[in-house]
Amino acid sequence: MSGIKKLTTPLTVEQIKNLKAGDQVTITGVIYTARDAAHKNMVNALKEGKALPIDVKDQIIYYVGPCPAKPGQVIGSCGPTTSGRMDAYAPVLLEQGLRGMIGKGPRSAEVVEAMKRCGAVYFAAIGGAAAVVASSVKKAEVVAYPELGPEAIRRLEVEDFPCIVAIDAEGNNLYELGVKEYKVAE
Amino acid sequence: MREISVEKITRTVRDLCIEAACDLPQDVENLLRQAKEREESQFGRYSLEKIIENVELARQDTVPMCQDTGLAVIFVEIGQDVYIAGGNLVDAINEGVRQGYTDGYLRKSVVEDPVFNRKNTGDNTPAVIHTEIVPGDKLKIMVLPKGAGSENMGALKMLKPADGLKGVKEFVLKTVAEAGGNPCPPIVVGVGIGGTMEKATLLAKKALARKAGEHHPDPKYKELELELLEKINKLGIGPQGFGGRVTALAVHIESYPTHIATLPVAVNLNCHAARHKEAIL
Repeated sequence: MSGIKKLTTPLTVEQIKNLKAGDQVTITGVIYTARDAAHKNMVNALKEGKALPIDVKDQIIYYVGPCPAKPGQVIGSCGPTTSGRMDAYAPVLLEQGLRGMIGKGPRSAEVVEAMKRCGAVYFAAIGGAAAVVASSVKKAEVVAYPELGPEAIRRLEVEDFPCIVAIDAEGNNLYELGVKEYKVAE
Repeated sequence: MREISVEKITRTVRDLCIEAACDLPQDVENLLRQAKEREESQFGRYSLEKIIENVELARQDTVPMCQDTGLAVIFVEIGQDVYIAGGNLVDAINEGVRQGYTDGYLRKSVVEDPVFNRKNTGDNTPAVIHTEIVPGDKLKIMVLPKGAGSENMGALKMLKPADGLKGVKEFVLKTVAEAGGNPCPPIVVGVGIGGTMEKATLLAKKALARKAGEHHPDPKYKELELELLEKINKLGIGPQGFGGRVTALAVHIESYPTHIATLPVAVNLNCHAARHKEAIL
């Protein structure tokens, strides 16, 4: 973790090529939230030939379903959810130009392949550190699927959102490298 | 016969839901702090630092430490000399959950039907309620909000008696290894051994309600808890699955007599936000 790389959205393919698994980064700018139900809706929309409710090109999707905001708060606690549940949908969005995903936990081989093919990066935020994450969100508004409640798509403006590059655009994978390093043979 | 009003039960459940979501029990926090001291991996240490910072912030601001404030699992021990006055227990508990999740600005994460209508119920009800009649005139309520990230990684296996201790160990380790970084390690591992299918899973859940790091009263099971903890921490999964020495904070086993022909083992994992709060009325 030598030095923190500061990223600003939208991300370009060139920008993400410089990111390597294990890099510590902070993200500033607009990101979009979506999790299980919103992903299902978006992929269904594409199947039906409809447009997505947000343009995902060069954007980052954050897998989160936040708590309601208390009075005076921009957003409630909003840590990452388990990314694996979005694996079935992620490649479709990557084909649409999605450049980054933020979540927690490993991804499937299909997602990693799609990331390499389309040029995208997977960031890990610290699961369960939801109050800390909320403090980096400066603005939040629901922009699609309000009926999904916590699962609605939100447009967030974040400032110095701390993440770790978990899987880079070449497919280097911190979840594999890290565990390999610390596994003790019996 | 001692009378306890449903209003009192509702109020207690409400308060416990909020407290559980925002204030990590000291026993879990102590284990997290110890974990940070012995973690060798840089990403593991970084994760633990953030997790502890988050625990402090959530407590200070009374905000949920994790956005997944869970399905409200409620254990109620009802003294047989208690009379519940003014309504029924299930409604009283659900009303407490409704008020707690609304007043505490906690996330509502319950859908109406698992298959045909995954529509949010809007108030985090119904709770999952486990009641037990016990001697005495007290009513003990324990709230264990359970997030899905860790819940999804649990497993049950009906082992054969011939599989024995070796089979138990292998199944627990396999379950934790396959869960990897998904359940938000460092985790607390609840293991239920014995009884029947449903008894084993309930024991595993109950094991998570134990004060983190306390052991089974039987020294043989205590030894097994320690051995499993050591082996789990050799898997290398580490905090958040980034690799490291601390994958689990504790292993809790609950056991029960079983049938001559079976050996059920259930594993229920809890994330580092191992929330549990209780009150005795």
